[in-house]
Amino acid sequence: MLGALLLAMVWLVANVQSNLERQNINSGFGFLSERAGFGINQTLIDYTEDSSFGRVLTVGLLNTLLVSVFGVFFATVLGFALGVARLSGNWLINKTAMVYVEIFRNVPLLLQIMFWYFGVLRNLPSPRKAVSLGDTMFLSNRGIVVPAIEAASGAGWYVAAFGLSLAAFIWLRRRARLARLADGALMPFWRPLLTVVLASIGVAALLAGVPFSLDVPALKGFNFRGGITVIPEFVALLLALSLYTAAFIAEIVRAGIQSVSKGQREAAAALGLPDKTALRLVVIPQALRVIIPPLTSQYLNLTKNSSLAVAIAYPDIVSVFAGTTLTQVGQAVEIIFITMMIYLSLSLMTSYAMNRYNARIALVGQNT
Amino acid sequence: MSSFTPTTPRPAPANTVGFVGWARDNLFATKFDTALTVLAVTIILYVMKAVFGWAIIDASFSGTERTACLKEVQGACWPFIEAKFGQFIYGRYPDAERWRVDLVFAAGLIGLVPMLMPSVGHKRANMIFLLGFYPVFAFIMLTGGVLGLAAVDTTDWGGLLVTLVVAVTGIVASLPLGILLALGRRSDLPIVRALCIGFIEIFRGVPLITVLFMASVMLPLFLPDGVNFDKLVRCLIGVALFSSAYMAEVVRGGLQAMPKGQYEAAAALGLSYWKTTRLIILPQALKLVIPGIVNTFIGLFKDTTLVLIVGLFDLLGIVQLHFTDASWATPETHITGYVFAGAVFWLFCFAMSRYSIFMENHLSTDRNA
Amino acid sequence: MSDPVIRINKMNKWFGNFHVLRDIDLNVASGEKIVICGPSGSGKSTLIRCINRLEAHQEGDIEVEGVTLDGSLKNLEDIRSNVGMVFQQFNLFPHMTVLENCTLSPIWVQQKSKAEAETLARELLERVRIPDQADKYPGQLSGGQQQRVAIARALCMNPRIMLFDEPTSALDPEMIKEVLDVMVELAEEGMTMLCVTHEMGFARQVADRVIFMDEGEIVEENAPEAFFSNPENERTKLFLSQVL
Repeated sequence: MLGALLLAMVWLVANVQSNLERQNINSGFGFLSERAGFGINQTLIDYTEDSSFGRVLTVGLLNTLLVSVFGVFFATVLGFALGVARLSGNWLINKTAMVYVEIFRNVPLLLQIMFWYFGVLRNLPSPRKAVSLGDTMFLSNRGIVVPAIEAASGAGWYVAAFGLSLAAFIWLRRRARLARLADGALMPFWRPLLTVVLASIGVAALLAGVPFSLDVPALKGFNFRGGITVIPEFVALLLALSLYTAAFIAEIVRAGIQSVSKGQREAAAALGLPDKTALRLVVIPQALRVIIPPLTSQYLNLTKNSSLAVAIAYPDIVSVFAGTTLTQVGQAVEIIFITMMIYLSLSLMTSYAMNRYNARIALVGQNT
Repeated sequence: MSSFTPTTPRPAPANTVGFVGWARDNLFATKFDTALTVLAVTIILYVMKAVFGWAIIDASFSGTERTACLKEVQGACWPFIEAKFGQFIYGRYPDAERWRVDLVFAAGLIGLVPMLMPSVGHKRANMIFLLGFYPVFAFIMLTGGVLGLAAVDTTDWGGLLVTLVVAVTGIVASLPLGILLALGRRSDLPIVRALCIGFIEIFRGVPLITVLFMASVMLPLFLPDGVNFDKLVRCLIGVALFSSAYMAEVVRGGLQAMPKGQYEAAAALGLSYWKTTRLIILPQALKLVIPGIVNTFIGLFKDTTLVLIVGLFDLLGIVQLHFTDASWATPETHITGYVFAGAVFWLFCFAMSRYSIFMENHLSTDRNA
Repeated sequence: MSDPVIRINKMNKWFGNFHVLRDIDLNVASGEKIVICGPSGSGKSTLIRCINRLEAHQEGDIEVEGVTLDGSLKNLEDIRSNVGMVFQQFNLFPHMTVLENCTLSPIWVQQKSKAEAETLARELLERVRIPDQADKYPGQLSGGQQQRVAIARALCMNPRIMLFDEPTSALDPEMIKEVLDVMVELAEEGMTMLCVTHEMGFARQVADRVIFMDEGEIVEENAPEAFFSNPENERTKLFLSQVL
């Protein structure tokens, strides 16, 4: 059987070689340093048409990561809110969340992406008739334009003030916790923190004035100048990924919280713990153990699903590399291999981290 | 000696039961709850008003081209769906031959419905019909070229037909493949185990779209010159391989849940590995993971839409294609089309998820009995 | 009888439309040990769960140490820190060590320092005879050991009343004794106790009063000797003939 397998492999490789030769396609990874010759409408790093295909790969990967990170954030916030709503004693809230979950998880993601992009965002008016939100943000078929904050010299003082406040927050919290455990004393927390924050901002203002200015976008000709433009492809993809994944996260959160038995809550109540403390010390730590592994795989799914970007031409890795680059270079084997390897290594790294985490938090003993 | 006669139970205080009690417990338990209820009612009314306004009040219901959907305040453009309905179901399948598709749909329903009802007997005959006869029948009817049926090229297939062909083939192929992979992953032979783990982890680690790209661009490279695969078949292979990897993990969960005693008892009866697997382990393990299997089916069904990216016209693809029809170009055409396609997909997925819940309850009562 | 620490007057409770507790009257004196028995579904567990308001009653009054149980959160916190409870299913927190289980309430409710709470917890673990298991997790202990941890955990609140809800029903026979021994010791030290249990030997040994419930009502109550040797009610006699 092993021999047959080996023979089949040799046959396949021979086929690939003869096919490639016949179609006059190069092999190897040399193309990565060649000139790309096409533009990309969203780049996080410097990129021009003269950049190489290798640069295209990096730009695409960064765009994939950008939409994934934002997507994970919004999906988590919305998903946890919906999951908690699903457990609410309030019937109306509970059922509203249920309807949301049933609608969004049972409609294909690709359809949802296209709905937001072709159905909603591309249907918005042109920049000249853009929907204006207080004359500072504009919604048009070219995307969303928001004001940019520009910092002049002296902004460093504010950064320092922020750093100081953060340090004070951490130190005060630690001090309160230690004192609490050492002799049960309650240390003041909010008042000193507020004092530090206000004082440090005040000092920064005295030293540097207000070194920030808003770059408010304005209509010039057919499009907006100034501000930051978020392209509609990004908005549509982000919206669809977040709304879709949130439905799955909601179910995970619900199952996780429900997995903590009623007895655990009753025991906490019988010990006199107030509801909030019981939630923080008893329910959430146990629920998280159940929630985190499937939650991670949802994050991974979201990242993989961001590849559907190709349908609306958001410049992610599949779109600009496995799409545009592939049609230009023709080296399908190498390009698809690289693309798959990138996703695969993201997956494997995540599952490795997950296995480590699971081993660390696994409950000791089984008969509880 | 006195005897015990229980006092007659009294009804609960009126404000704790019935609608009033229910509302007090479920809508107005605390001030915060009351605020939430008010907020939810406001949102629900607002959304309902928008949805009803768009889908019914401001919608157009009849017409033959775009002018029917260009009112001042325009809701859904339903005539677009009506005009394109045939296309959405059959694609470019020739009008005169569409009865063949209908027949395949009908035969599928006839085979499937009794299969899904636990109370109907003859499961074995039903299975043979569905897995033996039906695929051959469907293949002959849909492609034609024999028995006096006109040949219909797969490039002419489209719409719901393609969606269902891809989904059903994926479902039918992924289950046995997934079972084999799951068994292979637990095999004692290191090479088999390594190959299965590699296959499963690779396909689960990459997005389906890259698999479809691979199937549509790379597969031809692996074949000798002159041999060419139909594009639909290439996609089917990609989808089947992809979902079999997910199926394998679901089945593995079931296998792991089998108590060791079952293997030991089977060994004590002198059953071989394959007999143990087929007669003892799989029937129990698969039953345990039915919800997981159905969830994989639902995921696969939704994933069929991805074939439009490699140039096939499934339901979503064909709806998208008809947006380019200038005689129906209105601002509402897109949304109407997406809502229609979304509703069809939703119906299938929701039905599957409800069925899975039904089976779960059915099986759990079975086990308790 | 000295002033009662628990006073229950005409208390009624419904689950939906099901009348689970009917006109319950019960006074418990300080230091008194009461055993409640009865067939399953008779409302005995619900009765003691009403005393620390894990279940809310709808009619009548419950007063614990002079504090009335109504919806007020302040009253509830007072009562819960004075009343310890031991559950049938132990309900230990599986993600915390035995010591952490025991120090949870002293630290977070009674605002004791960690060191103080740990000293107390180790003392009580010694009293329930498992001083060397403090750093293990509940899942590593046997059922009997877990239930004794649960008792120590409740005692760490320094409660004046202890409620036991079928504490030995989930245990293997050889473990029942180790839990009962601890409970007997506790009774001998003068703790006020209400125990829902079918351990009639325990009832004979420590109870001041045995209460028999059926259909949500108190059918009969008496001192253990009289209760077992000479039940007044036919229903009680029938029940006793089944469990003894």
